[in-house]
Amino acid sequence: MRASVLGRVLLYALLGVFALWYLIPLVVMLLNSVKPLAEIEQGNMVFLPQTFTLDAWRAAWSSAQIGVEAAGLKPYFANSLLMVVPAVLISTLLGAINGYVLTQWRFKGDTLVFGLMLFACFIPFQIVLIPMARMLGVLGLAGTTSGLVLVHVVYGIGLTTLFFRNFYASFPRELIRAAQIDGAGFGSIWLRIVLPNSVPIIVVCVIWQFTSIWNDFLFGASFADADSQPVIVALNNLVNASQGVKEYNVYFAAAMLAGLPTLLVYIVAGRYFVRGLMAGSVKG
Amino acid sequence: MTAATAARTRLSVWLPRLALAPSFAAVLVCVYGFILFTLYLSFTNSKLLPVYEWLGFANYVTLFKLPAWHTALANLSIFGVLYIGLCIAIGAMLAIALDQRIRAEGVLRAVYLYPMALSFIVTGTAWKWLLDPGVGLEQVMHVLGWQSFVFGWIKDRDMAIYTIVIAGVWQTSGFVMALFLAGLRGISDEVMKAAQIDGASGFALYRHVVLPQLKPTLLSAVVLLTHMAIKSYDLVIALTGGGPGRATELPATFMYSYTFTRNQMAVGASSAVIMLFTVMAVMVPYLYSELREQRDAR
Repeated sequence: MRASVLGRVLLYALLGVFALWYLIPLVVMLLNSVKPLAEIEQGNMVFLPQTFTLDAWRAAWSSAQIGVEAAGLKPYFANSLLMVVPAVLISTLLGAINGYVLTQWRFKGDTLVFGLMLFACFIPFQIVLIPMARMLGVLGLAGTTSGLVLVHVVYGIGLTTLFFRNFYASFPRELIRAAQIDGAGFGSIWLRIVLPNSVPIIVVCVIWQFTSIWNDFLFGASFADADSQPVIVALNNLVNASQGVKEYNVYFAAAMLAGLPTLLVYIVAGRYFVRGLMAGSVKG
Repeated sequence: MTAATAARTRLSVWLPRLALAPSFAAVLVCVYGFILFTLYLSFTNSKLLPVYEWLGFANYVTLFKLPAWHTALANLSIFGVLYIGLCIAIGAMLAIALDQRIRAEGVLRAVYLYPMALSFIVTGTAWKWLLDPGVGLEQVMHVLGWQSFVFGWIKDRDMAIYTIVIAGVWQTSGFVMALFLAGLRGISDEVMKAAQIDGASGFALYRHVVLPQLKPTLLSAVVLLTHMAIKSYDLVIALTGGGPGRATELPATFMYSYTFTRNQMAVGASSAVIMLFTVMAVMVPYLYSELREQRDAR
């Protein structure tokens, strides 16, 4: 009996130590974002603040020097929102249509079509950077938010299609047959029967797309210019600026601000995020 | 059959394909077309802008003579082996520990997984300064009175790549935990009961009954982690920017800097092609078998 009590204690200790390890960066960011800079420079990075101040948050939001502008993260935050909302909506809509076709209106070669779309999710995006930059230039979308929306939609379709296809694969065929006999066609079956029953997977898909598009760095860094830069790219420019005093407290506050939307979504709807994560590993 | 119903039948054949067509066309052009374009560029003499004159394999020869590319490949193998190994070890251990009827399982799971929900550009900011000897952990230890404490890996050419490993494992091991936990929960109760009746318990139960059943999960984890390791980019950018010097360069950062900042587009394209083929070697057989499995299950 004593051995098993000891075992339980060790088990909880192990789980607790790892929980701390995962939390350290978040705690460090939070603690140091509300300290005056001098306190951090003295080597207090892991301690509670002696003086509590929100100056760093204010600076990060509206006055920090990023590139040539000293306007903080605010404008880039707006850029991210303008990019992420249409990109999420369009890629989710297309994924829903594709998943519906690939499961309920199957045709010869549909598995190949799906396979090609699925593999597209796993390519290293370095392979498309050069031609995509050319195409955006030709379309007049270079350095614009619309261009980024296009990029995120195109490279998001594979995964959104996968989400909906796996979900619709277990959709009761009888419902659709019955509707067909009643004279309903492709569009009306989707609108009236399939879509109203898709709420769970729509939530999963929207949350997943929101998180991954908000967090993207590679496409933002490659295709945005100063006026359309997403907040994650701006954060990187702020933190890795080589000139001037290193304002660690402002960096941490900026990182918190840039991470807050996806962190909040995770806290509120983590369950759905994890479902998306697992579906992305293909096993449905 | 009336003309109207014939038209409707025809419509019901073509409408679904028409609905799928824009997405499929976009993928064909922007994925497969672009892959061919980059492949072609890798055989040209493109520098700042694409040119289309055929050069043959010269860029690949140049690429494999470049010390920077050798560094990137050596780093990828160090990083890849440690990253995959540690993620699996920690992920599997945490999953097994969490599977012992733990009180706060939901909270712990959420804590272990949150790094996946945040951009590494965000969490890397904390790692970058924590690992920085001037202001982070080393400085903290000095303030606490441990004057001889030294931890400057991030500034050390030989050790910096290991800081990328630490941060990478921190970010992804929770995901591997979730994969294994799902695998563990998928083992039927009857199997476990039967093994327990046969007298298996504790370590032996895991060694002989549970772990063999987790083989498919292990395979998924290895494949997904390999593909993530090859694509790793944000990790390096946020932590070291490829430095000190070029000590933490990976293929993904190499491709970017050669293409966009050093104006060696064709060499950059060649490196992207190598990356793609490496990912394909891992992912194509995996996806193929997954798709077949799903079809057979139907």
